[in-house]
Amino acid sequence: MSPAVNRARRLTPIMLPALNLVLALALSAIVVVLVGEHPGRALRLLVVGAFGDGEAIGYTLYYATSFVFTGLAVAVAFHGGLFNIGAEGQASLGGLGVALLCLAAGGWPTPLVIAAAIVVAGVFGAAWAFVPAWLQARRGSHVVITTIMFNFIAAAVMTHLLVNVLIKPGQQSPETREFAASTWLPQLHEVAGRLGVPMKPSPLNLSVLVAIVAGVLVWRYVWHTRWGYALRALGHSESAAVYAGIVPARVILVAMSLSGALAGLVSLNEVMGVQHRLLLNFTGGAGYTGIAVALMGRNHPLGIALAAILFGALYQGGAELALDMPALTRDMVVVIQGLVVLVCGALEHALRRPLDALIGRGPVTEPS
Amino acid sequence: MAVELRGIEKWFGEVHANRDVSLRVEAGSVHGLVGENGAGKSTLMGVLYGYYRPDRGVILVRGQPVTFRSSQDALAAGIGMVHQHFMLVEPFTVLENVVLGVEGGFRLGAGLARARAQLLRLGREYHLEVDPDARIADLGVGQRQRVEILKSLHRGADLLILDEPTAVLTPQEADHLFRILAALRAQGKTVLLITHKLREIFEATDTVTVMRAGRVVATQPTADTTPERLAELMVGRAVALRVETSPARPAAPVLEVSDLVVTDGLGVQRVKGVSFTVRSGEIVGVAGVAGNGQSELLEALAGIRPATSGRVQWKGRELAATALPSPHAWRRLGLAHVPEDRHRLGLVLPFAGRESAILGYQDDGAYNGALELSWTAVAAGWRRQAAEYDIRPADGRQRTSAFSGGNQQKIVLARELDRHPDLLLIGQPTRGVDIGAIEFIHRRLVARRDGGAAILLVSVELDEILALADRILVMHDGRIVGDVPRASATERALGLMMAGVAAPASAATVGPG
Repeated sequence: MSPAVNRARRLTPIMLPALNLVLALALSAIVVVLVGEHPGRALRLLVVGAFGDGEAIGYTLYYATSFVFTGLAVAVAFHGGLFNIGAEGQASLGGLGVALLCLAAGGWPTPLVIAAAIVVAGVFGAAWAFVPAWLQARRGSHVVITTIMFNFIAAAVMTHLLVNVLIKPGQQSPETREFAASTWLPQLHEVAGRLGVPMKPSPLNLSVLVAIVAGVLVWRYVWHTRWGYALRALGHSESAAVYAGIVPARVILVAMSLSGALAGLVSLNEVMGVQHRLLLNFTGGAGYTGIAVALMGRNHPLGIALAAILFGALYQGGAELALDMPALTRDMVVVIQGLVVLVCGALEHALRRPLDALIGRGPVTEPS
Repeated sequence: MAVELRGIEKWFGEVHANRDVSLRVEAGSVHGLVGENGAGKSTLMGVLYGYYRPDRGVILVRGQPVTFRSSQDALAAGIGMVHQHFMLVEPFTVLENVVLGVEGGFRLGAGLARARAQLLRLGREYHLEVDPDARIADLGVGQRQRVEILKSLHRGADLLILDEPTAVLTPQEADHLFRILAALRAQGKTVLLITHKLREIFEATDTVTVMRAGRVVATQPTADTTPERLAELMVGRAVALRVETSPARPAAPVLEVSDLVVTDGLGVQRVKGVSFTVRSGEIVGVAGVAGNGQSELLEALAGIRPATSGRVQWKGRELAATALPSPHAWRRLGLAHVPEDRHRLGLVLPFAGRESAILGYQDDGAYNGALELSWTAVAAGWRRQAAEYDIRPADGRQRTSAFSGGNQQKIVLARELDRHPDLLLIGQPTRGVDIGAIEFIHRRLVARRDGGAAILLVSVELDEILALADRILVMHDGRIVGDVPRASATERALGLMMAGVAAPASAATVGPG
């Protein structure tokens, strides 16, 4: 094997998603042309809208933060061979926990509230994932089905609570009262301002740091502990895991609970960091986007971070695009996002063969 | 000349699978093709049967150059293939399977009638008698193989390629197969026999071709060569076909099994009350045709599959067979298990080699810090085991699936023997393993026996049982039907017991019921 081929091989995990992204953008360009706009201008607007100035970057990273949490959630379960479709519901329940805490903790010092919120968000999310996990581990009920059902149950529970129980008295919209300011998760521009660094205001808040720490911890857990080893062994081969003395039921319960806890952390960003009250559907579909993020990020925290930024940019840049190019409605932007998911997620390996042929390598192998 | 291949070159990406291969197969002969895994036999046969297009080279059938775009083209040219894994529709009858794809016109009835007549004629001519109306599901392996051969002949094959045909047969069934091959030859058909069992080359073939590393290294009349010479050509160095062993010195019992019953998930009894003892310092072999309960016995003892009833004594300590230790607890007690199916159980194929090398020992203190696995320790363990067991390549970062069969087996063996177990359960230790590695693995097992380990060896290779076991248990239909010391064991007697024909001559321990 020549060194050049070896080098090219190692680049495949980077080149493949990049090529997929280019393909997705090319397909999107066709859509843009079809509605009578100039694709080059649209792309420029999208990129400037997402990364053009500090504010744009702040918004992009704010969206990306939620996607990192849900992407990590999906990835952890996926390494154990479990497809957790329920990050959306787990995130909602995390929001409920955080909201209850913040409503009750009006007089607490902010650092204590933050620490408690991380625990509560995780515990609520984990609890919501634990039931499907238990059903899978003990009863063999497929976790894909049960987590989807739990998303609906979560939506119904949240609607009931917000309409009948937690609603702020004397108003129509189903949301809680605003939390005391001492329980808000500080936004980054405030923190920076206090440190004397000028930063344009954006919703980006301290939860982005939690997301980074979560990514590092997931990486250590999955690839550097015996529990992560057991998780991956189960994900690749249940029979080999049993042979190795790994108890699948136990691993399923732990992995799904961790997954739910990560999804629950979305509420730090949305509920505690930005809205400062509990709203219906505050997750905004982040749970589902997390599936695409994990797929595209190849279930690796670093890949998930990059994919989350990409999706954050599509959300943020897409909103700007819809504003500046009236022909491209909000729905068109969703179409473009859909194309990215389709090409980068569902058709992830469509370009693999041509790419392999190009750098001249034999049988397909996965990076470890 | 039935078939000639000239200068065949085949690349798969970076892998040069066939290098300037030329092969002449005489019409009306049985031609053997031997070589280690990865020597290029399967690729070559794939080229001949239209699965692969060669990158260079010519195929001549009866002197005419041909180009095969698919196996249909090869069939049309009179080349048939009998795969190692049968391609039969189980709920269909023999006749329906034979006509499948060549029904001959719109009306099925006429084609079936013609096929039935031909089937009976072929059966008479070639010792291939099979009831045309029997369902495949009801037939044994040997009979299914005959159906595969009939399928090819019915399609007009003049040249039959048989890929490892005896892997699933009893010795008696294999003998019958060789009679069929002789009859085929007598009628002018040509047979290309791929095998890794040298004995079969000498029993069945006229000419033998040896391949190594993608090249043909020799073609000669079988009568002019010897097994030792062929083995040397295959491996590229001298090989001992049979490991010399000293007599065993059995000591205290390590594992005593009484009346063990194992029922599978469908409620079928697979092990029907077996009793035996394995002592320190001996190798007890379990012989039998695949599917007679050996696998279930091994998995139940290893704690992977629940047993239904029975008693097990571990070093004199009574254990309930229904609550045997978990695989995890067994390892701590000193039991190691090299499973029959390394791909399904013994390895995690997408893992790096060194990750697979700690499978089952991932909680071991030697590999773990307070919180995290120490990849440094894992890598050091891998280097030590790779050196001791000659695992190639020694790069532990390579994916497990990318190692050859023999090296994969060495990974499992090195891992399981590393902690000097008191009892080793080992199934099919050399399945899919090259001849050179077989010698190595056999030597290791005998060395462990001499070091005082108790070994329970399950193998469908009678040669292997005869080479290694000090005592041989024969399993048939879930029962132990024979317990024979190696000294008094003959292949013929064991074969009959495996087939469930003969009453055991010296059955010391026979399961009840």
